[in-house]
Amino acid sequence: MTRVVLVTGVSGDLGGQVARRLAADPGTRVVGVDVVPPRGDLGEVSFLRADIRNPVIAKVIAGEGVDTVVHLSVRPPGERGGARPGGSSKEHDVIGSMQLLAACQKAPGLERLVVRSSAAGYGASSRDPAMFTEDQGPKRLPRAGYAKDVLEVEGYVRGFARRRPDVAVTMLRTAEVVGPEVSSTFTDYLRLPVVPTVWGYDARLQLLHERDLLAVLHHATVDGVHGTFNVAGDGVLMLSQALRRLGRAPLPVPVAALGPLAAASRRPLLRRVQRELTGYLVFGRGLDTTRMREVLGFVPAYTTEQAFDDFAAGVRPGPLDPVAALRTPAPGLAGPAVPAVATGADHG
Amino acid sequence: MADAEIIPLGTRGRPGRGSGSTKPSSAARTLAGPAARGSGRRPPQPPEAPPPAEPGQQDGPEERVDEPGPTPPAAARQPEPAPEPTVQVRERGPEGGIPASEWVRAVASAAAEVFGEDWERRAAELLAFLRRRLSGDYAVDEFGFDPELTQRFLLAAVRPLKEKWFRIEVRGAENIPAEGGALVVSNHSGTVPVDGLMTMVSVHDATGRHLRPLGADLVFRLPVVGELARKAGATLACNEDAQRMLSTGQLVGVWPEGFKGIGKPYSERYKLQRFGRGGFVAAALRTGVPIVPCSVVGAEEIYPLVGNIPALARLLGLPYLPVTPFFPWLGPLGLVPLPSKWLIEFGEPIRTDVFSEGDDGAADDPMLVFNVTDQVRETIQQTLYSLLVQRRSVFG
Repeated sequence: MTRVVLVTGVSGDLGGQVARRLAADPGTRVVGVDVVPPRGDLGEVSFLRADIRNPVIAKVIAGEGVDTVVHLSVRPPGERGGARPGGSSKEHDVIGSMQLLAACQKAPGLERLVVRSSAAGYGASSRDPAMFTEDQGPKRLPRAGYAKDVLEVEGYVRGFARRRPDVAVTMLRTAEVVGPEVSSTFTDYLRLPVVPTVWGYDARLQLLHERDLLAVLHHATVDGVHGTFNVAGDGVLMLSQALRRLGRAPLPVPVAALGPLAAASRRPLLRRVQRELTGYLVFGRGLDTTRMREVLGFVPAYTTEQAFDDFAAGVRPGPLDPVAALRTPAPGLAGPAVPAVATGADHG
Repeated sequence: MADAEIIPLGTRGRPGRGSGSTKPSSAARTLAGPAARGSGRRPPQPPEAPPPAEPGQQDGPEERVDEPGPTPPAAARQPEPAPEPTVQVRERGPEGGIPASEWVRAVASAAAEVFGEDWERRAAELLAFLRRRLSGDYAVDEFGFDPELTQRFLLAAVRPLKEKWFRIEVRGAENIPAEGGALVVSNHSGTVPVDGLMTMVSVHDATGRHLRPLGADLVFRLPVVGELARKAGATLACNEDAQRMLSTGQLVGVWPEGFKGIGKPYSERYKLQRFGRGGFVAAALRTGVPIVPCSVVGAEEIYPLVGNIPALARLLGLPYLPVTPFFPWLGPLGLVPLPSKWLIEFGEPIRTDVFSEGDDGAADDPMLVFNVTDQVRETIQQTLYSLLVQRRSVFG
């Protein structure tokens, strides 16, 4: 039996890679959907230029006989590729997800839905527990931005799961993704030569390597389990520690001055950081990944530290690089690259 | 003229070009540089004084004046005071500086003074520590606890306060389990949570274990304080974090009275307030760890709270704004805690694994939780009274 997988947001970097990787599996046909054509070669993926906000998506699902939907078009701010033409990202992400789920609900052949969500939905505040488990929600509801979109999309997904109990719904709440190839608001922020930080606070960062993100999406699509899972590498880095490792000079700014600084700056990046990441940079966020290991059966190949070091190796040296170079490289720093490839080969 | 031949050049004794003047010529002054200008008035030295008048000799210098080339300055140089400064400068090189070996010796003895006998090893350790800190080469746990920074810096910074200022006497440290999870429950007092800090240092010094405090969310909301609290091992006082720490075998400290205890007026000193809702007992029951009651005497007197400014406190988002006999009247000086004598006593551990044995729902039994909470509270209150009786005076 041939499995037919529909991947949304396929013109984004992540969507394209996931689709190619799934298409490499034997007995799997992948249909990629996005509003803009893909930039790179999608290999055996058949691309369909369609808007998930349009009812035509229901016809695609029915016509192609799709049994698995991988919903990737809710992207973190600043992630490269797959522009969102016409209207805001909120329009596309939230309304698009709603429409897609409505179409999925009417598709009798659908067996599995995989949604890439984000831990940003947990928010960040002084009342947070050190580690969020999947059953916990944000202590303060976000009022705008990506975190709010994430929560709304998750609400729709939960509604869908209630109405279609026969479909296995896997929702992956991913930590901030880093890696040599990733471009997001967070990684662009870390690449600044002088990094504005929040004075008097030091955030705990728990990160996910880009290859692990690919691997977990593949894993969830191939043999996913119904449920919501935090996905992150083990361990925690402090923001100050991360900047020292990168050789970046921190510029501590009082939290109240962050807004004016972003407004005065000509870099749109700082405005995005201020809008989306302020809470994260003040308090950070930890994720409990027990359920990911024990229920979903996925073990990331990179710890937070290894993922960050891999990211740091590909970053242009910062002004304090000679100081950062004093660090004795951890043994087996290059180690995880091999198992990660091996994991890919196992699946592929 | 035969005599003129044996007279060496430049020994004529007269400065300048032999013009008969006692002052150096302008050319000589320029050559001598600015430093010598003031000394130009010095009379020429006696042996080189102009020889007695002899008509033949008088002609000599007159003839030489006309000679071209370098001779006239050479003639002028030796009787001049002008070259003296250059000589001085040359002397300063070898004798004015301290030889490198002296420097090395001085640094070595200074290091021995600071670090003690094995200063070489300790200085190397310090450098390695700095290198690790500056390059980010250290590990923190999932709560943000930085053991290296805590041990080498934070605890070391407050230790003098413990030993010299409050002269803390620790009793019953053997009641703290040497390993495995345990919950230290303590009374809270002193307007500012100095007692938490002092208990942390005392526990570390007595047992070598790090006490992981559970703090109110205000602690983590404040800049700097929140950052340091997380690095020192604190986390939010909530059930999830308490259980996570206890189940991983940490020694957790909790002050269940919270702001009610720490912000009570001086007149109510050593009267325990309500012990929250017993959440800490539920966490201990779920993880089956012993509860170690801890009584702190002395912290009540460090900032005697005699008043409160509720309106300003509300404005600042604080639970209270203290007024003590010295604060805010003396400004920053009022922030210096009074040097009361402290006693910290750790009581016998109360085992909770007997309750949870064969009964998973022990933590959800409100009566049991209430009873254990009351037992802990009573133990601490009784210990406080007995310690107060033993204490000779507040500052003794």
